[in-house]
Amino acid sequence: MAELEVDIVAPDGKIWSGTAQQVSAPAADGEIGIRVGHTPLLSVLRRGELRVAGAGGAPKRWIVEGGFLSVDADNVTVVVDSVEQVSGGPSAPTSH
Amino acid sequence: MAGSQRVYRQRIRSTQSLKKIFRAMELIAASRIGRARERVTAATPYARAITRAVSALATHSTVSHPLLSERTDTNRVAVLVITSDRGMAGAYSASVIRETERVVERLEKAGKEVVLFATGRRAVSYYTFRGRALGGSWVGNSDAPTSEVADEIANTLLSAFEADADEGGVGELHVVYTQFVNMVTQRPRVIRMLPLEVVEGVAEPGANEVLPLYDFEPSPEEVLDALLPRYVRSRIYSCLLQAAASELASRQRAMHTATENAEDLIRMYTRLANQARQAEITQEISEIVSGADALAS
Repeated sequence: MAELEVDIVAPDGKIWSGTAQQVSAPAADGEIGIRVGHTPLLSVLRRGELRVAGAGGAPKRWIVEGGFLSVDADNVTVVVDSVEQVSGGPSAPTSH
Repeated sequence: MAGSQRVYRQRIRSTQSLKKIFRAMELIAASRIGRARERVTAATPYARAITRAVSALATHSTVSHPLLSERTDTNRVAVLVITSDRGMAGAYSASVIRETERVVERLEKAGKEVVLFATGRRAVSYYTFRGRALGGSWVGNSDAPTSEVADEIANTLLSAFEADADEGGVGELHVVYTQFVNMVTQRPRVIRMLPLEVVEGVAEPGANEVLPLYDFEPSPEEVLDALLPRYVRSRIYSCLLQAAASELASRQRAMHTATENAEDLIRMYTRLANQARQAEITQEISEIVSGADALAS
């Protein structure tokens, strides 16, 4: 199955890069989820939680402080101003 | 005679301790330059992502934005000079300042009024010594700029660009910095930052490829509003990082030359000291011999 190529970048470096099944991000109008085959999109992000779900295991989570997201032919680029990794496995409660 | 020997030995000792300092500074610069270059590389993905997004936006929509349009209501222009905090880097700061003077002269000939913004203690002291007012200045950490400093600089300049003409608004922004080409070559460069011209990195579609039609959330205007200041910020940050890498490379080279000069001096003084010692010995021998001769005769 096709996968999304995800890059998460901050001003001082690449935060994470890899493949994923689904990306959820706090867009300006509300939470959006992106899966393979999403239409090209450029969206502003607000503060909130960014989740990247891989093929197996727990989704990776970050708290992002604003930025934007672009989707283009299954390449997802998340550009954030500042980012904070949320620790914890799948059983950890969501912190908000 | 014994006096000149002592003077030479003294000079050798002081030059040796200077040489140690030069060598240490060379090594410090050399170790920091790796980190500075890493920072340049680390900031590249962000800059590339923003440039791609901005060019996508510019190709797909026809919205206009204050940051993209020329201002005609003011003839003030801002020039940002990026120099180092300390000297000991050869002609690094001097050549940036010289380039700035050239730009300022050119702009003033074109009938503009130049407002200078300076980063780095060298530029600040250069302009304050000459009694030229600075629109803003930032000192400290010129060899390891943080993105917070870049944000602060960018916010100041963006608000100057967005301000009204009678409140000190500026119509253009030029940046003078030193481009890091490689370890040997760093050249002072002038770029016009504002109004923005998005030319680099506009992706040309392939032969049988159509450019995707983007959806903009919430609207193209708001996306542009969020993107363009970030674009400016990331370009200023990358200028600062390149300048930092250039500063360290110049410092390393300058300190290397200084170490070599110190070695040359030490060699020269050692020879002179040896010569003085030899002359003293010769003189003493001839004094003894002539004294013995005088007693014997």
